[in-house]
Amino acid sequence: MKEATAKRITDDLLRPLLNTSWRFFALVAVLGGIVLMGANAWAYQIWNGFGESGTRSPVFWGFYVTNFVFWIGISHAGTLISAILRLVNAGWRRPVTRCAEVITAFALMIGAMFPIIHLGRPWLFFWLMPYPSGRLIWPNFRSPLVWDFFAISTYLTGSVLFLVLPMIPDFALVRDKTTGFRRKVYGTLALGWQGTTKQWHRLESAMQIMAIAIIPVAVSVHTIVSFDFSMAPVPGWHSTIFGPYFVAGAIFSGIAALIIAMAGLRKFLHLEDYLHPIHFENLGKLLLMMSMLWAYFVFAERLTTWYGNGTSEMNVFWATQRGSYAPLYWLMVICNFVIPFPILALRKTRTIAGCVIASCGVVVGMWLERFLIIVPTLGHKYLPYSWGTYEPSRAEIMIMISTFAAMGLLYTLFAKLVPIISIWELKVGEHPFPVDAAAAAKEHGLLRTAP
Amino acid sequence: MTVDLDRCTGCGACVTACHAENNIAVVGDTQAAKSRAMHWIRVERYWEGDFPDVRLKFRPVMCQQCDAAPCEPVCPTYASHHTEEGLNAQVYNRCIGTRYCANACPYNARVFDYYNPQWPKPLHLQLNPDVSVREVGVMEKCTFCVQRITAAEIDSKAENRELKDGEIKPACVQSCSAKALVFGDLNDPESEVSRLSRSTRGAKLLEELGTLPKVTYLARQTQA
Repeated sequence: MKEATAKRITDDLLRPLLNTSWRFFALVAVLGGIVLMGANAWAYQIWNGFGESGTRSPVFWGFYVTNFVFWIGISHAGTLISAILRLVNAGWRRPVTRCAEVITAFALMIGAMFPIIHLGRPWLFFWLMPYPSGRLIWPNFRSPLVWDFFAISTYLTGSVLFLVLPMIPDFALVRDKTTGFRRKVYGTLALGWQGTTKQWHRLESAMQIMAIAIIPVAVSVHTIVSFDFSMAPVPGWHSTIFGPYFVAGAIFSGIAALIIAMAGLRKFLHLEDYLHPIHFENLGKLLLMMSMLWAYFVFAERLTTWYGNGTSEMNVFWATQRGSYAPLYWLMVICNFVIPFPILALRKTRTIAGCVIASCGVVVGMWLERFLIIVPTLGHKYLPYSWGTYEPSRAEIMIMISTFAAMGLLYTLFAKLVPIISIWELKVGEHPFPVDAAAAAKEHGLLRTAP
Repeated sequence: MTVDLDRCTGCGACVTACHAENNIAVVGDTQAAKSRAMHWIRVERYWEGDFPDVRLKFRPVMCQQCDAAPCEPVCPTYASHHTEEGLNAQVYNRCIGTRYCANACPYNARVFDYYNPQWPKPLHLQLNPDVSVREVGVMEKCTFCVQRITAAEIDSKAENRELKDGEIKPACVQSCSAKALVFGDLNDPESEVSRLSRSTRGAKLLEELGTLPKVTYLARQTQA
């Protein structure tokens, strides 16, 4: 690699960290304001009582659980895709991995908030965890909600590690390029990285281990989230297909979120030289494949229910298929399949703009899917006398909007504080790893002691 | 417990008595319209036939105190659990309000405290000192008037005698003017409730789900 190229990469990718325009502050102020409004809505709900949500008998779960499943689903793009692409050593992954992994970390943090927001008594949320209690009471390990706690905390820990590990050499680079307070902070974050061969080897094996370990964890997380539903003897929920169905849907929505985030970064941080149309093309193909897989799962699930013809199952089935939830149901099919499929299937429309349009459809469609799994089912349980419906409250809508703003805010701040594209990985380029890693590191002054 | 559907007149006295006995909040018309009324027992009404040959049928539904209760394993904090006597207990202080139990319950027998409880005057003067008042964010449901069961057990123990059949009457049973509801010990084969449960008219609600409910419904014989 030429010295000039390396310098240009460093300059381009460090620019967002070193120069800040007024637009950044304006964006942070707007997003932060929306997040504060959401926090205010939650405080209002805690103060007045959970009645400020729209849930009612028998629909005891509404927007909050929908958003929980949705955000945990979004978290399935980053780490999973990045891990798979790292394992198969796909060269084009290099500019994509970090901005994907960040989605996972933040979406998980946001998603994990919802089980707490949705509690009747959220100040007692720690009773879901096995903590050393003076009364020797542990949580009920038979409850899928406790499984959720373990699944999500494992996944969050794993994906944060997976995200932070390859950031270490970049922190060292920022440390070496800055002075004063920043140098101190990034120096601490760099954990004493000197770029020795030994350190590169350790980093490489740690990332290999994490890449392999995180894949089954990711698959298990959304399976366990689906267990929240499939474990209960409720018509429309009690189904063995839910595990893989949820995982497929999660990856589907996750890829869509990744494409939207990448397009945003490309436009606002001027990363046109790094995020090429080919990246969108490749991810678009992946999204196309997931769209077909999603359609297959929906078809399999619907056909099984219809063919089985169980009385209570059919009540839920018709409520979504042609009853009061039908407009939402068919909107979901349009957003998840009818729109993205042709856009992504034709090479002509599989452009960056096309991929973003398809992805926006998928994000909306997958949110609707989560909603349609929860609400119509709860509204049509066995005894028709106690059937009911649901209407979201203002607090629920506000909190939901604020989580999207929170995602934007966290992402903006992250892109401001950390190089959003892994600089050293980009420099290593297509070369086999880690032989050239040390050489590449030497090139931009990371290597201080001789290997 | 047995519920004789032939005898039920749908008067709703059981619902009122239950509210009074168990300090159940009165949520008011706005909340009730939002389907947040907190009846631990409800009288379901089903209409049969086409106008003008319409028949109205009643079915009182309360917690079925299932032996294999779907609400119990899903609770993350053991707030919903099985007592040694076979009741489905709800420990209000332990409940954090995930509402998972209510979703898992096939009978929708559980109700949730969306706000702190309140009673319009003068109902606030008749709270039952034997029953705890539940705070906001807690799930609650029919207990088979566990406070009455415990009181009767203590009395009989103090008087050094066995409990008599029919000595314990939950509020709904006590107030049922048609004697549609019968309560007693199912472990005693001679008790009235055991005898009625064995009736050929007897059936469990949603028996096919395998929840093993302890309430037996006695089917209608009359066409009225």
